[in-house]
Amino acid sequence: MEFDSAFEARMKKRYRAERRFKGYCITGLATALVFLLVFFTDIIVKALPALQQAEVRITYVYNEESADFPSAGIQEDYYELVSRGWLRIVPKRMRDNPELMGTTEQTWALATDGVDQYLKGQYNKLSEEEQALADRMVAAGNLRLAFNTGFFTTGDSKLPEMAGLWASLVGSIYVMILTFLFAFPLGVMTAVYLEEFAPENKLTQLIEVNINNLAAVPSIIFGLLGLAVFINFFGVPRSTVLAGGLTMGIMTLPLIIISARAALRAVPDSIRQGALAMGASRWQMVKDHVLPLAMPGVLTGTIIGMAVAIGETAPLLIIGMVAYIPNAPETFTDAATVLPAQIYTWAGEPERSYVSRTALGIMVLLTAMITMNATAVYLRNRFTRRW
Amino acid sequence: MNAQTSESRTIEAEPGLKPGMLQTQTTAKTEEQLQADKAQPIKARTRGLKLWYGDTQVLFDVDIDILQNRVTAFIGPSGCGKSTLLRCFNRMNDLVDNVRIEGGVEVDGQDINDPSLDVVLLRSRIGMVFQHPNPFPKSIYENIAYAPRIHGLVNGRREMDDLVERSLRRAGLWDEVADRLDTPGTALSGGQQQRLCIARAIAVGPELILMDEPASALDPIATAKIEDLITELRDNYTIAIVTHNLQQAARVADYTAFMYMGELVEYNDTNTLFTNPREKRTEDYATGRYG
Ligand SMILES: Nc1ncnc2c1ncn2[C@@H]1O[C@H](COP(=O)(O)OP(=O)(O)OP(=O)(O)O)[C@@H](O)[C@H]1O
Ligand SMILES: [Mg+2]
Repeated sequence: MEFDSAFEARMKKRYRAERRFKGYCITGLATALVFLLVFFTDIIVKALPALQQAEVRITYVYNEESADFPSAGIQEDYYELVSRGWLRIVPKRMRDNPELMGTTEQTWALATDGVDQYLKGQYNKLSEEEQALADRMVAAGNLRLAFNTGFFTTGDSKLPEMAGLWASLVGSIYVMILTFLFAFPLGVMTAVYLEEFAPENKLTQLIEVNINNLAAVPSIIFGLLGLAVFINFFGVPRSTVLAGGLTMGIMTLPLIIISARAALRAVPDSIRQGALAMGASRWQMVKDHVLPLAMPGVLTGTIIGMAVAIGETAPLLIIGMVAYIPNAPETFTDAATVLPAQIYTWAGEPERSYVSRTALGIMVLLTAMITMNATAVYLRNRFTRRW
Repeated sequence: MNAQTSESRTIEAEPGLKPGMLQTQTTAKTEEQLQADKAQPIKARTRGLKLWYGDTQVLFDVDIDILQNRVTAFIGPSGCGKSTLLRCFNRMNDLVDNVRIEGGVEVDGQDINDPSLDVVLLRSRIGMVFQHPNPFPKSIYENIAYAPRIHGLVNGRREMDDLVERSLRRAGLWDEVADRLDTPGTALSGGQQQRLCIARAIAVGPELILMDEPASALDPIATAKIEDLITELRDNYTIAIVTHNLQQAARVADYTAFMYMGELVEYNDTNTLFTNPREKRTEDYATGRYG
């Protein structure tokens, strides 16, 4: 065969087109990576300061007076440095530990937000004298930045230095437990019925189309549904874990049904035929053979659905879970807030120090989501079999 | 028993052999044996069986008697309805949407399309082996033990162990898997898997075993093992087998049915069907003119 110049030109053109296409792909990928990198760097840089919190070393005098007016227990010069939130819990501590009465204690007390921001080199409203005092105390080792345990052990607060993520973390876990308990059995059973039992007719087709549509419905609509059905009709109290869990459950349900159906459909028919041919009933076939084989896929879909739900805020806005709720729920009927709602609330606060708390909250939420997604990927790779 | 006492001869020695006709050894039945088979009970039969998938008719007035403790083979070109007919005997066609059946199918004289009949019970009495081995993705042991367990056929672990061993021995698989009963059945070779499926089918002591091209996915050695197995099982079970392999039909089947486009064209003892067919279509198929 002759390789004439026209042929060579065509070849060159083909290779050029191929290189160009590869170039586009790499550009796309690189853009995504740059955005991701910028996003993560920004979040991490913003979040890091929130990992530390300023503390002052004080000598506290427990007496009759400080039991009523906690600020009476500290030296007057320190009065402006110690967080009012810290002082507020002193009376309770004294009630719980009566033996404290009449003693003095050297302790690290939570500093005010202003001091905290000053130590972190951020904008603050400390006066010249207060700044000088803070500098002297740092030099003397009586003022320091320590790991911010409070952030992970307390709930929300109107005082930035007191605000923590714990309540919303517990709230999220409770809501997720309910979501799972509600959506998983219902979703799997629906999928099993549709895939293994339901006859193929107009009605089931209609149901199928509707389920697929439900998965595409904007999440805020599910909030309205939850408000109308669970709160207004069934009388579930607003802002509660129960209301949140049920609403999230309804929202996750279509995702679970769809992924469970896909997982069931991936089980080859020969398994079903084998089981039925040896006299298994349909339910035995499903429970002993098909469902166990589909389970990894079902779980993967469920976890991904839950990872979506854990980051969802809009529906909770409607049912009153985006609110100032400082306490962690203890039962399913307690009012609660969840991680994304907490982040949303903080993001709207005017104080500068909430910015880093918001960023740290986002990191915690992302960690939770990435962990869930990684679990899903692991399950899929570990248990997916090929026929 | 009959197979051992009957004389074997090559088809070439058979009068009426046409050139190009099946070049294989078959076990011709003697006149007495054929006479004796007339007294053999009928395990299953169809009368005027018609079947439609949607609007397409797939089976046309099929009448067939399947004799107890005999191997009956179904041959015919692809798509002629062999599998469909076989699946009528354990109502596996129920799984297909839009299927319509007319006419009678009887097993042990009982109409199996009777709405009051418990199809689960029916299937527990009839074993089925599929074209592609389909062991459950569970241990070898569990593959065999599953059906006896759901039917409540055994009490206790010891009885189950015995049953598993017996079934595997009958299927000629015991020696190969005895030391690894807890490995997945899907990890066996294709031929072993198919014998596992046969062991699985016979574990519940079915009266009738339906085999749909059980050896078509296997190499000649594995095929030979399956065929030997079928010949052995014949004494205790009734076997209906679909095959594309005419030699195989000739080797294992006592009776053979030739199907064409949904009709049962000819049904006779295997030797007669191959060597002295009544119908031109049978002869054309057996000599490889179509199919
Ligand atoms: N589930 C089904 N739905 C609709 N038509 C079907 C279905 N199963 C089989 N058929 C049709 O019925 C006819 C007979 O099929 P069947 O599987 O019984 O043939 P076969 O003789 O077993 O063929 P092969 O030797 O290729 O296995 C074919 O024309 C096939 O297309
Ligand atoms: Mg077939």
